[in-house]
Amino acid sequence: MSNKSDQPSVDRRQFIGGTVAAAGALTLAPGVILHAASEKGKAPSGASGNHRWGMLIDANKCAEGCSACVEACNNEHGLTGFDRPATDAVWIRPVKLKDKQTGHVNRLVMMCQHCEHPPCVDVCPTNASFKRIDGVVLVDRHRCIGCRYCMMACPYKARSFVHEALTDQSVNAPRGKGCVESCTLCVHRIDAGVMQTACQEACDKEGHSAILFGDLKDPNSEISRVLKSRNSVQIRADLELNTGVRYLNL
Amino acid sequence: MRSSLISKRLLIILLAGLLLPAMQAIGESRYVTKNSKAASLDSCVAPTDEIRRNHMDFLQHSRDDTVIDGIRGLKYSLSECIDCHASRDSSGQAVSVTSEGEFCQACHGYVAVSPACFQCHRTTPAESGGGDSLGYHSDAQTHVWDVQQPAGRQRD
Repeated sequence: MSNKSDQPSVDRRQFIGGTVAAAGALTLAPGVILHAASEKGKAPSGASGNHRWGMLIDANKCAEGCSACVEACNNEHGLTGFDRPATDAVWIRPVKLKDKQTGHVNRLVMMCQHCEHPPCVDVCPTNASFKRIDGVVLVDRHRCIGCRYCMMACPYKARSFVHEALTDQSVNAPRGKGCVESCTLCVHRIDAGVMQTACQEACDKEGHSAILFGDLKDPNSEISRVLKSRNSVQIRADLELNTGVRYLNL
Repeated sequence: MRSSLISKRLLIILLAGLLLPAMQAIGESRYVTKNSKAASLDSCVAPTDEIRRNHMDFLQHSRDDTVIDGIRGLKYSLSECIDCHASRDSSGQAVSVTSEGEFCQACHGYVAVSPACFQCHRTTPAESGGGDSLGYHSDAQTHVWDVQQPAGRQRD
């Protein structure tokens, strides 16, 4: 048997083979382990290509002076600041758009737009930036080297860089110095079957209901029905990124 | 002849004297800390020998499955290692698994390994429960979430 691994051979450690198999994982060769199933005998399903998660934000309902979604996001993901606005991590931020000719002001929240063709993924030299099969654009921090090309590439300025060493991170979002990060569309909730992001929950609680999260691939989901019946826009639609986050009344 | 025999014996005694405490330390006390949940349990999620030899591979497989494919509730989970193995001080506060003599640090310090896990992952159990509280497990259906399900999405 060819063995490039530094692990001991199966012959020498046969007792491990027995115990690994008993534990629900199969040892094929030294260092190669197939995960068969979870301990409770039910295979964990994971993300599915049958869904594409997205968001619809109603600019008319986004209330002046409200930052409930930002606080909820910070709380959910343990985003603690150092009182340095230039470098503190921001995953969702309120933005004001003013039409200089008419003076009309729009308020909306800006975050990772979860593009179908994400520029951040195109430029990433280590494949740390990736799009999950269900359309969520994420950073794999195990691979991120902190080069910040993705931050340059993102037309929405959606990503942050962690500049300082952190402790006591949230289990929802392990994060640390030297990695780029952005809105994860609350993947930990999606994976747990909770179909509501922290920002939507907070916005609903405030009574504004400006944020609607849902499955863009499911024609019966609320978000799909609203998108079908009303005129929504993508920001910088000219880039043809097909964003997962869309806006109403913009 | 006689003198060399004595020196050999002395050397062996000296070596044994040095090795025994080290072996005891690594062999018995260091992998479970007192006042941790683990100390009250019979075994880990797999036999101790296996975990000690292969925990890094188990965690590496799990991390890629979880981050890239969104598969949660795997058998091996770093947050659960910490939930179970972090000890508590006299005031009931959780002690970081990377502080001197604690679960992770004790062995990694001994073998001079610096894992990068804790640059990002927290080193104490989360106040409101760890991985369990996120409903990561296949028995997540028993959790009651006070939220709406969008139409068309069936929780299975």
